[in-house]
Amino acid sequence: MTGLAEETRAPIGGWTTGTLVEMDRDDRLVRLRLDVANRVDHLPGQHYVLRLRAEEGYTASRSYSVASDPADPLLELMVECLPGGEVSGFLHDEARPGDVFELRGPIGGWFVWHGDTPIVCIGGGTGVVPFVSMLRHARRIGAERLIRVCAVGRSRAVLPYADELLAAGAFVALTRENLDGRVAAPPYLDELEPLVAGAERAYVCGSVGFASYATRLLGEAGVPTAAIRVEQFGETG
Amino acid sequence: MIPAATIPAATIPAAPPRRYGGPVPITRGFTGRPRRGRPGRVPPGQYDTGADWPTLTAEVTPHLVPDEWTMTVDGLVDNPYTWTWRDVHALPGSTYFGDIHCVTTWSKLDVTFGGVSVDTLLDIAHPRPGAAFVMAHSTTGYTTNLPLDDLRGDKAWIVWEYDGRPLPVEHGGPVRLLVPHLYFWKSAKWITRLELMESDRPGFWEQNGYHDRGDPWLEQRYQGDP
Repeated sequence: MTGLAEETRAPIGGWTTGTLVEMDRDDRLVRLRLDVANRVDHLPGQHYVLRLRAEEGYTASRSYSVASDPADPLLELMVECLPGGEVSGFLHDEARPGDVFELRGPIGGWFVWHGDTPIVCIGGGTGVVPFVSMLRHARRIGAERLIRVCAVGRSRAVLPYADELLAAGAFVALTRENLDGRVAAPPYLDELEPLVAGAERAYVCGSVGFASYATRLLGEAGVPTAAIRVEQFGETG
Repeated sequence: MIPAATIPAATIPAAPPRRYGGPVPITRGFTGRPRRGRPGRVPPGQYDTGADWPTLTAEVTPHLVPDEWTMTVDGLVDNPYTWTWRDVHALPGSTYFGDIHCVTTWSKLDVTFGGVSVDTLLDIAHPRPGAAFVMAHSTTGYTTNLPLDDLRGDKAWIVWEYDGRPLPVEHGGPVRLLVPHLYFWKSAKWITRLELMESDRPGFWEQNGYHDRGDPWLEQRYQGDP
């Protein structure tokens, strides 16, 4: 039986609206915290579609992974501002508290964690976002021992949630600067092996190139292909 | 008649917004990027990705060896049939030129795929009268369900060429299903089997909240869409 045939179950929500309540941003990332009307609580790993609507009816929508714990009264999204990004650029440059957005979610029943299986997660850049939700969830329900996270970023400053990931015990591999005693490099096989030990499932989230690298590394660490779930994004997030 | 290209975008009627009780909020300050391409060419909620071709995959990309690959049509057919790589290449070739639409909101215009029409395979396997739905199976275990009518009538292909070159592995190479009039998750990568069925049953994304048919012009993205 392959992993893809495995039974999955997850909540699904329809279109609703979300009011931007809190936000913060640096020159590249914007963190949005929204109050969602008639919210259906998500599972860690699920995503929402956010839709922008111009006066004459033109719309643009993109999918974003949820960063918040399901028990958080607000829905948290972390958006990376992409060059020429129609939606991410608007959210980064123009959005402000009080704005109301169309939202649809939660969506996705595959890249989810119920908090009851030992897992290993590898995220690159904003690919760490679903794992932040999983870590927050694990902490609340006391399941920290079931989740191990490897977060990969260029530098501590540009890796989303870097401080929170380190505080939660994630292994952080920076590729362009040293971190404490670790010389800048992608994660090595011997760094991944202790994280993989005992995990029944692996989650990979990041760019297409990152996902390809991470799945290969997991394979070398002995994780069967059928146990790996992948969420990858190109320009569309 | 006015050529479509001369109609200003603002006069194209917008799709009615979906209902969810309250008024649809206009996003304060949002005008959007300049509209590209011919108005009406891209389905609602989609944008023209230009030269890019993003990928969407839920699993580890497999590396198929063409000589070990086979294509089977079975289930509710009179003549269940399996073709080898060499066999499908010996069938009359067929080309699709047009657009593709991914549920993640990109559309890619004017692409060319080469392979064989699904009609050619169905003519050999000969569906029984009761066959109404198809489950497409990939070598990876990925599945997607489609109405049989969406695979017939020169609307669907088994393809191994993109723009005259071998289909890249990240886009389903060496061989994938192509059903360009539906969202692209229906065009199963690494296709190996079409199973004809009497009644519908959900495939991989369909079990995970996505629409059973997936018509981009009707925005049938998720379960519950019209």
